[in-house]
Amino acid sequence: MKKEWPLWEVFVRSKNGLEHRHFGSLHAADAEMALENARDVYTRRNEGVSIWVVESKNITASNPEHNAELFEPAQDKVYRHPTFYDLPDEIKHM
Amino acid sequence: MSEAQIKSLEEEFEARIARDEKIEPKDWMPEKYRKTHIRQMSQHAHSEIVGMLPEGNWISRAPSLRRKVALLAKVQDEGGHGLYLYSATETLGITRDELFEQLHTGKAKYSSIFNYPALTWADIGAIGWLVDGAAIINQVALCGTSFGPYARAMVRICKEESFHQRQGYEITLKLAQGTPEQKAMAQDALNRFWWPSLMMFGPADADSPNTEQSMKWKLKRKTNDELRQQFIDQTVPQAELIGLTIPDPELKWNEEKGGYDSGEIDWDEFWQVVKGHGPCNKERMKARVSAWENGEWVRDAALAHAEKRQEKKLNKAV
Repeated sequence: MKKEWPLWEVFVRSKNGLEHRHFGSLHAADAEMALENARDVYTRRNEGVSIWVVESKNITASNPEHNAELFEPAQDKVYRHPTFYDLPDEIKHM
Repeated sequence: MSEAQIKSLEEEFEARIARDEKIEPKDWMPEKYRKTHIRQMSQHAHSEIVGMLPEGNWISRAPSLRRKVALLAKVQDEGGHGLYLYSATETLGITRDELFEQLHTGKAKYSSIFNYPALTWADIGAIGWLVDGAAIINQVALCGTSFGPYARAMVRICKEESFHQRQGYEITLKLAQGTPEQKAMAQDALNRFWWPSLMMFGPADADSPNTEQSMKWKLKRKTNDELRQQFIDQTVPQAELIGLTIPDPELKWNEEKGGYDSGEIDWDEFWQVVKGHGPCNKERMKARVSAWENGEWVRDAALAHAEKRQEKKLNKAV
């Protein structure tokens, strides 16, 4: 074996109206084969109506070690949520 | 990193697991956690694909179209389950080729049950009913394990696998209701697969030194003996219902513990098969390695073709 087939990430839309969701990954020589394999591996029981495949090396991921800088600043911004605001009891729907 | 730093990272890591947080591939993890998971998950993946071998032989010999499509779908599922698990294992930083290499050289193990032969059609019933039944008990316990990709693969696998056990039980049931010869065939399959199925839960708790660590990491939620007991308690009534006898003369209901007492497993046989001296160890690996080697030119050709097409596309763009 010269080298491994590249790794692909598989995203499946389970029905129209819903977003594509990450289902898993697989190896394939090219994009067409990745789609065919994804169909066999991840949609054997009508799990999807649409498949996206993207070569794993093209995904840029955040580093969990930076989670504090990235995500903690949102924690104390309660004013971004509707429950932060005081309304009179008479207002039922807002 | 200093030893003190590692120790504090390890403590934080254990605390996350204790809080039922999941660990994801890019998170920091102790080296032992990574290694143990690669070992257990790849062993699980190998078991799925080696498990295709004893059954695959019966696809063309299935007694009816109904049985044939079911068995074909089951074996295809097992290939799929192997792929979910290999992909999940690769997130820990090991390649598919390395994993196969470990399987083919005998460095990695797979479930010993697949080193027993499937001699008759009734064995396909017993495998679905007992072997998949035992596997499901192990796997349900793993749906809540701490490593995210493993837990997610387990959830998918458990959802898909319940039909495997049902189709096996249905085969056994039909044979048990058939002619005396058919019933004898079903009983014979149960006789041969009962004890190896009990062995699928691994060594007795007293001989399982990794249990404590595995429980901490939620790689195990119950001990080997607890899961084995659960399997016995659930399977005995299923055998009785269809008029088959569990081949264990010491099997007896114990009112006080609310479960069955059972005879001792032949642990010598267990270790013999684990060490590679089971009835089919060599045959299984030979089939697996030859499939891999004979497929090499196809894999290489597919890649060469893809690269060539990619190049053409690039040249056109220029």
